[in-house]
Amino acid sequence: MEIIKRAIAEGRKPDLQALVDAIPYCRFLGIEIDRKGNELTTILRFDKKLIGNPILPALHGGVVGAFLEVTAVIQLMLEAETEDLPKPVDIGIDYLRSGRPVDAYARATITKHGRRVCNVRAEAWQDERSRPIAALHGHFLIKPKDSDPT
Amino acid sequence: MSDLPPTAPEHKPGFLLTGVPHAEALQFIVVEIRAGETVCKVPYADHLVGNPDTGVVHGGVITSLLDNACGIAVGSKTMLRGQIATLDLRIDYMKPATPREDIFAFAECYKVTKNIAFVRGLAYHTDRNDPIATCAAAFMLGTKNAKGANVGGGG
Repeated sequence: MEIIKRAIAEGRKPDLQALVDAIPYCRFLGIEIDRKGNELTTILRFDKKLIGNPILPALHGGVVGAFLEVTAVIQLMLEAETEDLPKPVDIGIDYLRSGRPVDAYARATITKHGRRVCNVRAEAWQDERSRPIAALHGHFLIKPKDSDPT
Repeated sequence: MSDLPPTAPEHKPGFLLTGVPHAEALQFIVVEIRAGETVCKVPYADHLVGNPDTGVVHGGVITSLLDNACGIAVGSKTMLRGQIATLDLRIDYMKPATPREDIFAFAECYKVTKNIAFVRGLAYHTDRNDPIATCAAAFMLGTKNAKGANVGGGG
């Protein structure tokens, strides 16, 4: 992405909130970044359009999955050596509790940083950090600095 | 929102999936449904893009579409009036979606037990043998309401 290339050319990490704001789908979901040094929390602002089950009501499973995927990608942008947006190879999402119609938060950790592939875990919660609503694990392709331009 | 792109030739126009706010927000369309099987579609839209440089749709949209299609496949198989809940969903991404093309999802509920339904599915543009993504999911059946009623008796 242009915003990433520009940051790298200037010898810095891209501004993560600006990056998220540049991605239309992240803007549509309403994802915000709270960065304190190297600690990163993503925030999913509640909106009615995120509901998947209006009877409960509960957040759409796909929304929670997408939120966790974005969290993993943003964490990789902060920590991993990559020249472009990491691409998901596979993701597994465990739904632990139904997501209530309030804001949700998520954090990710890189379990293994390979040269081309990273293994990432992420967890989302609402009121209580110790009561996660969903967990993701996945592999993401990164673009190392000296990779072929293919 | 009103100018939906034409559907893939092998499918009928279908109907807009209503009653699920997020599905409505993404304009999900049910193009086929029978017992245990469904085909859903998400029309290409600018706000679904994950990479503004290429116009490729975000993986999260495919996650939502597959999750929803899998849920419909379970509902059409079990005919249960009770609620269902996704236990887990695994997605393998084979290739990026082609910009400006609608995405279809096929989901098949191939096994139902007392408590659990197992589903597999795939996302594609026109050819199911050249998928964008494949998925496998498990759903909990008979989760009566949000207040933690343990109707299903655990996994």
